[in-house]
Amino acid sequence: MADVHTHSHTEGKIAKPNTAGIWRTFYVLLGITALEFIIALAIPSYVMPHLIKVGVYIILTIAKAFYIVAEFMHLKHEVKFLGMCIVLPMIFIAWLLLAMVMEGGALYIRW
Amino acid sequence: MAHLAKTHENESTLDWNGGNLPLKASWGKLMMWFFLLSDAFSFSALLITYAMIRYSHSAYHGTTENFKFSLDYWPVPEKVFEAMPFLHGISLPLVFVGIMTFILIMSSVTMVLAVEAGHRNDRKDVEKWMLWTILGGFTFLGCQAWEWTHFIHGTDKGGATDVYGNIIYGANLIQNQYGPVPFANLFFFITGFHGFHVFSGVMLNVLVFYNTAFGVYENPNRVIDEGAGRYEMIEKVGLYWHFVDLVWVFVFTAFYLI
Repeated sequence: MADVHTHSHTEGKIAKPNTAGIWRTFYVLLGITALEFIIALAIPSYVMPHLIKVGVYIILTIAKAFYIVAEFMHLKHEVKFLGMCIVLPMIFIAWLLLAMVMEGGALYIRW
Repeated sequence: MAHLAKTHENESTLDWNGGNLPLKASWGKLMMWFFLLSDAFSFSALLITYAMIRYSHSAYHGTTENFKFSLDYWPVPEKVFEAMPFLHGISLPLVFVGIMTFILIMSSVTMVLAVEAGHRNDRKDVEKWMLWTILGGFTFLGCQAWEWTHFIHGTDKGGATDVYGNIIYGANLIQNQYGPVPFANLFFFITGFHGFHVFSGVMLNVLVFYNTAFGVYENPNRVIDEGAGRYEMIEKVGLYWHFVDLVWVFVFTAFYLI
């Protein structure tokens, strides 16, 4: 393959892939997803009430989101201020979610 | 400002004259990040709408085994999403959507591997991993098409009965067999909006694969952004692709778990 005209401009050899961290993140994401399925399908509701399940799902989802954003999207390794620019506005989402869930509950009572 | 990277040889360049990198990232990458922030707001608004409408409807209080579709309460997800291609009539709750989730996480991994290969200027590896990512994207879209088709056509025996006592078969925007009308509307709108993002992501992936395969990024005359590597376009498209995966994580929790 050395004579194939592919890496014409790159001088010297191409570095070896360094992918251990990527696969570690993948296994974490896979593990969390598997855990979610176990909670959803294998644990009956008299062991774990639905409301607690919902709380666990939300925590696990945020954990997954953290690994995707921090590792796959590399935000953890960017300048800290860039990370804050992206993460801090999420407080608006948390506020809107809380407000709208309460509003939804109020509508249910009215109906 | 000494901590900011100076990419020009001339260190005396004033900040106002350019030559430094705010946040140590190229402008293209910063713009992608802020676009994704705005897109995150769009998806959040949709998912919060789902939460609000769901909380304004009755919840089902019985056991999962005795669950029956009705317009009176919000359906239990593992009773709605239990079909699987080629296994008609067999109840496999959440198995198919689990496979879809796995496909999307997997294609996210191959995307990171493509970005990593780009950092090493390894064109062959970028091509290989981009192809896998494109394949994963198309597979996910195919799965979603099947999922929608099944959702629209409904089950053999139908589900809820309407106010006249007729059994409802399948789902559309006016009525659905699974439960309250907004359930199907939100399903179509949110998974549809996400699927549209996946489709755009696949198109961008095809584009950067094409550019890689034709050596566009290796062209020594190509002007690249300050602070950017030769293959940075892979990284920017990769950010978008990971975002699509990230949104799926939340859609999955909202629609299929809670």
